[in-house]
Amino acid sequence: MNQIAPPLYLWLTVLPAVLPLMGGALCVALRRHCGLQRWLALIILFGELLLNIALLNLVEIDTVVSLTMGNWLPPFGISFTVDMLSAVLALTATTVGIICCLYALQDVDEGSTRFGFYPMLLVLIAGMNGAFLTGDIFNLYVWLEILLISSFGLMILGGAPLQLDGAVKYAFLNLIGTTIFLIATGLLYGALGTLNFADLIAKAQSYPEPRLLVVIALLYLTALVMKAAGFPLFFWLPASYHTPQFVVSALFAALLTKVGVYGIYRIFSTIFAGSDFGFLNTILVWIACLTMVLGACGALAQNRLRPMLGYVVISGIGYMLAGYALTTDAGRSAGIFYMLQSMLVMSGLYLLAGLIGGRHMVEGDASTALYASRPMLATCFLILAAATAGLPPFPAFWSKFALVRESLGLDLPWLAASLLLSGFLVTIALARSFAGLFWTTSGPAHDPSVARPTPAGSAALIPAFIVVLMIAGLGLFPDGFYRLSEQAASGLSDYRAYIAAVLGGVS
Amino acid sequence: MNFLLSIAVAALFGVSTYLLLSRSLIRLLLGVVTLGNATNLLIFTAGRIISSNPPLVPPGEKVPLDTIANSLPQALILTAIVISFALFAYVLVLSYRAYQELGTDNADEIRLSESPVEPSMREGRP
Repeated sequence: MNQIAPPLYLWLTVLPAVLPLMGGALCVALRRHCGLQRWLALIILFGELLLNIALLNLVEIDTVVSLTMGNWLPPFGISFTVDMLSAVLALTATTVGIICCLYALQDVDEGSTRFGFYPMLLVLIAGMNGAFLTGDIFNLYVWLEILLISSFGLMILGGAPLQLDGAVKYAFLNLIGTTIFLIATGLLYGALGTLNFADLIAKAQSYPEPRLLVVIALLYLTALVMKAAGFPLFFWLPASYHTPQFVVSALFAALLTKVGVYGIYRIFSTIFAGSDFGFLNTILVWIACLTMVLGACGALAQNRLRPMLGYVVISGIGYMLAGYALTTDAGRSAGIFYMLQSMLVMSGLYLLAGLIGGRHMVEGDASTALYASRPMLATCFLILAAATAGLPPFPAFWSKFALVRESLGLDLPWLAASLLLSGFLVTIALARSFAGLFWTTSGPAHDPSVARPTPAGSAALIPAFIVVLMIAGLGLFPDGFYRLSEQAASGLSDYRAYIAAVLGGVS
Repeated sequence: MNFLLSIAVAALFGVSTYLLLSRSLIRLLLGVVTLGNATNLLIFTAGRIISSNPPLVPPGEKVPLDTIANSLPQALILTAIVISFALFAYVLVLSYRAYQELGTDNADEIRLSESPVEPSMREGRP
């Protein structure tokens, strides 16, 4: 068996992780040619998008595809195993990468380009794709570190004291978070002797000492809740996400926390799915309730746009965790759908925050209301704010509707109440920020972390406008993507196809 | 041997937790290094120390003749060492730069990004 080369199309499982890494290396080699780097990064990201779409099509037909590296037989070699959840998240991450890259073409100055904005962007996308597509838990740790390293670099581009301050908290807490993940992985290997998800499923079920696995599960829970910015470990996020450049904030808010959520979806549905671990779902329900409500309260308490958006991100994490903790396929597909649309919406909102912050950098320009002078900007912001708040007809509404219905069906009234309450509070916070930013004549004082004007003019609106179009499309015609989310969720509750794709006839 | 290593792992984790709870950035850095080393030793111990024979199959054989050392934990540790070293180098430089810019290494005084009294959205409203 190990003499046969795998069919060529299976290379699609690793190419989305390899291509941007190579592109990043190429951009480093071309660091003197700033103009070339920009277009190269954009071309590579579009190539990445094509790969992701091809992979999604493949997974839609074959359910799960797997490729094991180096011709080692599956449980020993590192497998890249792609199911619907992985493919659809990788596609969304790359889309966000393209949107942010389009914005960066106009926003990121030559200094930041020389310091490696584009290589780090590409490596971040590589890390996201690798983390989503890998089928090996130690490899997942490695990808987490790869995207952590590039996020460290992106966070301090500019080197202002405020950024260094935010980066210190971000760096130390995330470093400890991934180390806890590594500790849990080491213990898991010691207990089960394997690291491949497909192999772990069977081994975890027959392991004679479930109490040790409970300890490991709680370590993973701590690490992943920290990465996902869930209660009570979210304090690093509002302390750091408003300090980097706007485009970096947009990338982080859209992508980084979602890897933690993905880790919870993947690791807890494979290894810790047995009846001994039912209490984990109870814990997750409470974490989800507290995250979404406290995040929304935090958003209400802020009076600056970017810190407020940080809390809105946290409250969104609560919905995704709630979707997982509901354990039903309908609940999980709602959580996954929420995650997909939230990645797009949050990147759009942060990019608009960049445009708003940039306008008020210009002295004396604040004499007219922003609503009158930039109506398109105001409209885009209003649409994305409504989409975040989950008003119909935007996509978040559909998943919130499903989440509330599922939590009532499962007799979890507190969860349903938290979902509704946090949606209400987020709506107030966003409506208040819209009124404060666009309707007052003397607009906000400038954001001190922006050292220079951000782009003005209608071309700068294009990336956010793309997000608005996609969100409107996703809200009005949700069935296509909702069906993908449902397929992803059903893959999480039934791993037989996953195991068969990795281990084949060997098991 | 396993017992001694377990004690060492526990001691290292204790030291690193103590250091990570302090306010000084230098101590935090030392805590991060100790945490990384404790983790590496933990993976080594968790992978079982069963034999010191190298994991090689002699020529002409299909399976190793004797019990062999488990080489996978060492591969994992090697990866983890490289990663934690790179990240440590980064936080070292970051802490130094933060000390230069902010003039303090006391985590309690590094509050610039959390201050709620920056210019506000409502400032100057009628």
